[in-house]
Amino acid sequence: MEDWRKNKGAFATFLGPASFWLLVFFVIPLILVWVYSFGERGPQGQTYLALNFENYLRAIEPIHLGIFWKSVWIGAISTAVCLVVGFPVAMGIAFAPSRWKNPLLLIVVLPFFTNLLIRTYAWIAVLRTRGFLNFGIEWTHEKLDGLATLAGFPEAMGDFVPLELLYNQYAVIIGLVYVHLPFLILPLYATLEKLDRSYMEASLDLGAGQWRTFFSVLVPLVMPGIVSGALLVFILSMGNFLVPDLLGGTDSLMIGNLIAREYGAARDWPFGSALSFMIMYPVFIFFVINAMAARYRTHKRAAA
Amino acid sequence: MTDQPPIISIRNVTKRFGTVTAVDDVSIDIKRGEFFALLGPSGCGKTTLLRMLAGFETASEGSIEIDGQPMLSVPPNRRPVNMVFQSYAVFPHMTVFDNVAYGLKVTGVPKAQVAGQVREALALVHLEDYGRRKPDQLSGGQRQRVALARALVKKPKVLLLDEPLSALDAKLREAMRLELVHLQHSVGITFVIVTHDQDEALSMADRAAVMDHGVVRQIAAPGTLYEHPNSRFVADFIGKMNLLEAKVAGVSGGRLAVEIDGLGRIDVPHEGDASGEIGIAVRPEKTRLSKEPPAGDLIGLKGKVSDVAYYGNESHVLLDTDTGVRFTTTVQNEVRRTDSSVLIGDNLWISWSPEDTLVLSE
Repeated sequence: MEDWRKNKGAFATFLGPASFWLLVFFVIPLILVWVYSFGERGPQGQTYLALNFENYLRAIEPIHLGIFWKSVWIGAISTAVCLVVGFPVAMGIAFAPSRWKNPLLLIVVLPFFTNLLIRTYAWIAVLRTRGFLNFGIEWTHEKLDGLATLAGFPEAMGDFVPLELLYNQYAVIIGLVYVHLPFLILPLYATLEKLDRSYMEASLDLGAGQWRTFFSVLVPLVMPGIVSGALLVFILSMGNFLVPDLLGGTDSLMIGNLIAREYGAARDWPFGSALSFMIMYPVFIFFVINAMAARYRTHKRAAA
Repeated sequence: MTDQPPIISIRNVTKRFGTVTAVDDVSIDIKRGEFFALLGPSGCGKTTLLRMLAGFETASEGSIEIDGQPMLSVPPNRRPVNMVFQSYAVFPHMTVFDNVAYGLKVTGVPKAQVAGQVREALALVHLEDYGRRKPDQLSGGQRQRVALARALVKKPKVLLLDEPLSALDAKLREAMRLELVHLQHSVGITFVIVTHDQDEALSMADRAAVMDHGVVRQIAAPGTLYEHPNSRFVADFIGKMNLLEAKVAGVSGGRLAVEIDGLGRIDVPHEGDASGEIGIAVRPEKTRLSKEPPAGDLIGLKGKVSDVAYYGNESHVLLDTDTGVRFTTTVQNEVRRTDSSVLIGDNLWISWSPEDTLVLSE
């Protein structure tokens, strides 16, 4: 492609529709939400434009801050579990023989072909008291009990008590990990795939063992992939409302549920908007700092 | 020196990838302190052989010993060899110093000794002042020096170099050839280099193994490879070669009489026996062009100039000879002139001495 300066028409043709789309359906609504966040809720749930900080003051009340904090925690734990589970999978696919790579990647994205709602309901069927997991455990218990009776200890195993697996934080984390795992595996796989194998070979050649090579060479070199995958999973997990809604208990309310409730049942759009922007502000600040750091680095390099 | 056991002993090594045989029953002994080259066209198995020495590939058959120790089940990180990779593989997330120190740290060299050894290694490759740089602040040549220092700091018994000069530009490549030879002399470590560039192998190596389709064709010193190639493949791969197909007509007292289409019967010196179809070859620089038929016992062929390629110091003249074979000869441009002394379409004789004639039975 030629320099865009020489070929403005062509570039406008390509970029125009996408820019228009982003502007109309992303930037303008975002500005609207931001404006709403300073508004007031009318008696029937109408939204009146205003300029007050009531909504933000409500948002930082301890009960709401607690929900923010819990969302961050659950997001962080889900991300960590995704990393531990996803890293070996991404490595396995990246280092598999090339004819296996595409089928394996297909398996990773296969769940996306099923509706998210159905996949989440499926976890209810697995985890509930009379669910598949408990059935499995009960069956094992029964067999072990039979064996113990044969061995002459009829009381050894006790009675089977189904495990309470559903409607708690653990179920939420399991659901979030399950839903978001591909978002970690795919960027990580892409980075691992591009990685020059001779870096690992050089490390082995210089006397490092497999673990040392993994932590001193492989992980630092694929850090961009780890960061982008982890960030994606963290953001998606923290803002998710479907999984905590279906799999969580009474104490599993996350920020996504709160926002959904304010926009929905509570009909308090200004407060919902303020809650949304409470998440947006840190992201904006992060990007500004990031851009400033990048500019500082280029200046430093130019000076050196 | 000659009595010492070889530092590397490769015995009947075969490597198969699925149905492809990359290395086919190769046996090589590499002497202590030698600069040894594995030379061949791409896909000849030379890199696979080097990777088996480093431990990244396992031989399907045969054995490899390094300094008397069998290497079959020894992983790369426990072998007394180090490698300079074709892509250098200098770790981009570490400084030059940390790159060189890495191999010492991972094997538990005391911290107090690491800094001194790293400085020594960096001095060896003239990068004393670059320790704090990151690899992306270095040129290709400097990165390669880091890779060299990183391998040499480990004081390996053998240094393996995989196409080390292929990523450098032509000028730097020539300078690095000399420098690698000097480096090898000063550290006294055995170097094994893989290259597809015959100039590189000839100018640097004490000995070279010429490989083709996984098979070693000839192992010899550069001079022997060039002047006494043992096969058509080696003759053709190393340098330029004019090759005629001939039939043996008779052998007598160190001379061989051969019959060549378009030339008739000629007599060339040859030790040993020969029969049937053979190759008769002569290097371009050992031939002369003349307007008149050559006198004496020179072998001469008539031909028409089909092309003249100018290289500055010399020109390569292509001659379509009466045998139907296109000959190449080199003409030194000893006098400063820009027009050519030889023109396309000239009818000339090409001649050479029977002593410069090679007999290739393989």
